Amino acid sequence: MQMTTMRLREALRAAMVEEMERDPEVFLLGEEVGHYQGAYKVTEGMLARFGARRVIDTPIAESGFAGLAIGAAMVGMRPIVEFMTWNFSAVAFDQIINNAAKLRQMSGGQLKVPIVFRAPNGSARQVGSQHSHAMEHFYAHVPGLKCIAPATPADAYGMLKTAIRDDDPVLLFESETLYSLSGDVPDDPSFTVPFGVARVAREGKDVSLISYSRAVHTCLEAAEQLAKAGVDAEVIDLRSLRPLDEAALVAAVSKTHRAVVVHEGWPYGGVGAELVDRVQRLAFDQLDAPVLRVCFLDVPMPYNAALERLVIPQVDRVIEAVKSVTYAR
Amino acid sequence: MTNVPELAALYRKMQLIRRVEEEAARAYAQGKIGGFLHLYIGQEAIAVGADAALRPTDYALTTYRDHGLALARGMSARALMAELFGKATGACQGLGGSMHVFDAERRMLGGYGIVGGHLPLATGTAFASKYRGDGGVTICFFGEGSVPIGEFHEAMTLASLWKLPIVFVCENNGYAMGTPIDRVLPVHEVTSHAVSYGIPSDRFVVECVREVVTRIGAAVERARTESTPTLVECLTYRFRGHSMSDPGKYRTSEEVEAHKRRDPLVRARAELVAERGEAAAAAIDAEIEAEVADAVAFSDTSPEPTADVLEPTTYAGPFAR
Ligand SMILES: Cc1ncc(C[n+]2csc(CCOP(=O)(O)OP(=O)(O)O)c2C)c(N)n1
Repeated sequence: MQMTTMRLREALRAAMVEEMERDPEVFLLGEEVGHYQGAYKVTEGMLARFGARRVIDTPIAESGFAGLAIGAAMVGMRPIVEFMTWNFSAVAFDQIINNAAKLRQMSGGQLKVPIVFRAPNGSARQVGSQHSHAMEHFYAHVPGLKCIAPATPADAYGMLKTAIRDDDPVLLFESETLYSLSGDVPDDPSFTVPFGVARVAREGKDVSLISYSRAVHTCLEAAEQLAKAGVDAEVIDLRSLRPLDEAALVAAVSKTHRAVVVHEGWPYGGVGAELVDRVQRLAFDQLDAPVLRVCFLDVPMPYNAALERLVIPQVDRVIEAVKSVTYAR
Repeated sequence: MTNVPELAALYRKMQLIRRVEEEAARAYAQGKIGGFLHLYIGQEAIAVGADAALRPTDYALTTYRDHGLALARGMSARALMAELFGKATGACQGLGGSMHVFDAERRMLGGYGIVGGHLPLATGTAFASKYRGDGGVTICFFGEGSVPIGEFHEAMTLASLWKLPIVFVCENNGYAMGTPIDRVLPVHEVTSHAVSYGIPSDRFVVECVREVVTRIGAAVERARTESTPTLVECLTYRFRGHSMSDPGKYRTSEEVEAHKRRDPLVRARAELVAERGEAAAAAIDAEIEAEVADAVAFSDTSPEPTADVLEPTTYAGPFAR
């Protein structure tokens, strides 16, 4: 396949541009997406390309514009809602969980809500407790929503396209820290990446590091270091949290017999707890050690740089967990 | 009528805010400050004038653009700068950072990061004052960018319905990040909303800090004596970008320069010189320079917070995880 190297933010943009060109019912709205070219420059150039009818700058009114977009989707349009960050979606939480997630079922299947919500998620750098939420844990809880969290430009491109074409609400969790990550993206506008299919980001036989989004890169780095110590770690990039690729979890653990789950966000009731449930339930006999989680520490995010580093999953904490599940200490 | 303090005292605070923030910008460029840094430069007369109309026991809340209010309320330059540096000696032990500056003793009840989120909180502190009958007033600052959000309207409704002793101060600097007001507010006069909530309002261009004291002072008096909320709209301008990462392409340098020529700080100094002579103003400037240099040195040499602050600042006591 012909490939183009691009940054993750460009891959997201390419997906939106192509889908907007393909389908006139797709439109984009959010704060600073137009004239300002996007708070993180994901939507750069899109206002000039599509005009203010389809690339819409909104006031700071998350509940209002999320609800508006859900309403438009309810009658068949395909809005893409950009929150400046997922933190601000808390203001629109009611619209997402009570309307977007419920309309299909409440209407007895008469209505659909083909909408995409996307934004940077999780920690950035020292932006403090109110701006560092890993919101996927809140939303992945909700039946009726699909939650995806790619880690590479190709997946960001392919999954956003799938999301826009999907007939259900899809929430795309990006990371500010990955926007400038470069990677190869297929040169094919028909390329899509399905939901619910994990990717083996690195082959290995001794332990499975199960992760998504930014934390995949932490795991890859940890795997490099572990390799030097003679431990061959596999890295599973889930890409999609709901639907979840259970088969990939079982396959990984059946091969390595040990797993460490790594993600941003708190441990309590998080996606990691769900993964651990699946692994112990579906592959109990395969396990040679308890499955461990490496997450945010269970405290609000501190501003201080060193403490923030401590709270966010780092390579050394992943390695510690691997040592523990391989009984290497 | 509100008692207007000596101009020297008002100028002193304005100059302190200006210089602390200029040094903060420098420290940010040097990597000593991280995250978001939103400067108040150009708007100092509002926090300083408003504080002069308050009692030390009154409550004050604002947005992430909070350094000015913290200093106006009497926080030391050391405590603020050390917080920006993320040090243990900072106002919030380095845990809050620029956007979340608190000083409970001085009733500086914070800077908040979610647009609109603190307006209902402010009605809560006003409610507490009324409930207790302690004569306290709450003042709540926000940008015009929060007018479209639900919390603005919910807070106005509750404040009016329950006659809370609160002054809402909209610091209308014309832009919400890169968005000029005419693209997001169907009605440009924020005070027009006061009509629908049945509360008094006031709207003025901020040029003179003493005028801020008397205008906001009138609203504070109304809150204190009649327990009536007021919506005050201060027309102002921020001279710097929205935050340090904002290149500010959405406005021309001519526009910015034109506003800088009407800098309320420059005006306050000129009036001070006219009243008390250049030497008096220069003496204040020299004091401020020393105070700011001291704050930077203090912050540079202060220790980092350690991990043991995390648990006790999450829950009051031991907690099973
Ligand atoms: C609910 C919410 N949405 C978006 C943001 C991102 N954001 C932070 S400040 C800002 C602009 C606010 O402008 P304004 O209220 O006019 O205040 P100013 O910054 O001019 O003081 C935006 C969009 C946020 N913090 N909270």
